[in-house]
Amino acid sequence: MKNVARYHREIPQRYRLEAGKCTNCGYIAFPPRLICPKCKSKKFETIRLSDEGKILTYTIIRVSAEQFSKQTPFAVGIIELNDGVRLTTQIVDTDLNNIEIGKKVKIVFRKVQEDGKAGILCYGYKAVLV
Amino acid sequence: MIGIVGYGAYLPRYRIKAETIAQQWGSDPESIKRGLLLNEKTVPGQDEDTITISVEAAKNALKRARINPQEIGAVYIGSESHPYAVKPSGATLVDALGIGPHVHVASYEFACKAGSEAMYVAYSHVKAGEMKYALGIGADTSQGAPGDALEYSASAGGAAFIMGKENVIAEILFTHSFTTDTPDFWRREGEFYPRHAGRFTGEPAYFKHILGAGRALLEKSKLSPKDFKYAVFHMPNGKFPQEVGKKLGFTKEQLETGWIVPWMGNTYSGSSPTGLAAILDEAKPGDLIFMVSFGSGAGSDGFILKATDELPKVQNLAPKVRDLLNNNKIYLNYGEYAKFRKKIKVNE
Repeated sequence: MKNVARYHREIPQRYRLEAGKCTNCGYIAFPPRLICPKCKSKKFETIRLSDEGKILTYTIIRVSAEQFSKQTPFAVGIIELNDGVRLTTQIVDTDLNNIEIGKKVKIVFRKVQEDGKAGILCYGYKAVLV
Repeated sequence: MIGIVGYGAYLPRYRIKAETIAQQWGSDPESIKRGLLLNEKTVPGQDEDTITISVEAAKNALKRARINPQEIGAVYIGSESHPYAVKPSGATLVDALGIGPHVHVASYEFACKAGSEAMYVAYSHVKAGEMKYALGIGADTSQGAPGDALEYSASAGGAAFIMGKENVIAEILFTHSFTTDTPDFWRREGEFYPRHAGRFTGEPAYFKHILGAGRALLEKSKLSPKDFKYAVFHMPNGKFPQEVGKKLGFTKEQLETGWIVPWMGNTYSGSSPTGLAAILDEAKPGDLIFMVSFGSGAGSDGFILKATDELPKVQNLAPKVRDLLNNNKIYLNYGEYAKFRKKIKVNE
């Protein structure tokens, strides 16, 4: 069974892209950290990341982990959001041939995985081509 | 003034054509297209459901309303395909959009009119002075059994409406509801596909209830069909809304803008609300809009709305329904569609 407590703990990041911005040097930590890796400050403010960005790089998954096997082949990319933060996510709703490095994407709210037939549904972010 | 302060729609990018379904079951594509006036329908992606569709529609509504989500006091999602049997869809939505936790949330269900029900209650809360804003959503990933006539229409999408008193874009002038026990369409607990009573879904169900609510609304408002610029009715297929519009005295021109069913299909709880969103995309200040939903079981909710001077300011702040319908389409063959809709038995 999926770890329900862990899923619940990560909701601010997975649902709303909440990050920690260092109030001393401006470094954005996603997911948030306790200590800034740049200036060692412990003071952060909570911000919501941009929901637009571009594809930095990507790969096509043809042999996946068991819970994603019905979705293969699918694309996983590293997206650079407009505020400079990078995150790894699926790029969906397109012919795989349309995906190119540099193309603009927006972040959408999607179901990421299901815990079998009876467990919880896990939601989060994915990217679609603009 | 009380009414809609922000609206938004969402439709998945996947489509299946009516002829693709007809060919699968050995039916004549032309007679299906002519009989039901359906060309194609939306299909949800494998990672889309009522919750994700509601979130995307509500995001668009928030873009148009330009309000602080924290000021929304109630969130209601109407659907007959809530992903959980027990766990409210709206709880996920409020956390996704930064609404709450001080918010009243409920899942509504009334076949295809659950969306207008959510709008109705959201509006009533604001009217009663209970809260500043309330959000009502109709969204579905509709089920239709393979080979059944419903398979040509059952589609996915939704629309969200934020009700309020300030910067109203469409004032709600009158409402009316009409309900009786009419077993025209149902799904028993634990069943995957709904059942329907064939032709009984027409005259004693769809037509009786829409005409009941529609005529009462006209009487209440002392308006006549010619006073309206637009009208939209629940769209189970292309034909029914045109027929019921004609019976009430509306012309084809008044129905045209909201009549999106030939390219969208029947999004169940999202049907007439998304038609209303398509009208709000184009309406001009002063235009009167007539809307009546229908939910099997059976009942109808009616609204008379008037576009205000604020509407043109927000129309371009989020994607329009026609753009969602026409852009980025991905066509599926029947096999892909069957996989997407989990119609194929697989080992877990």
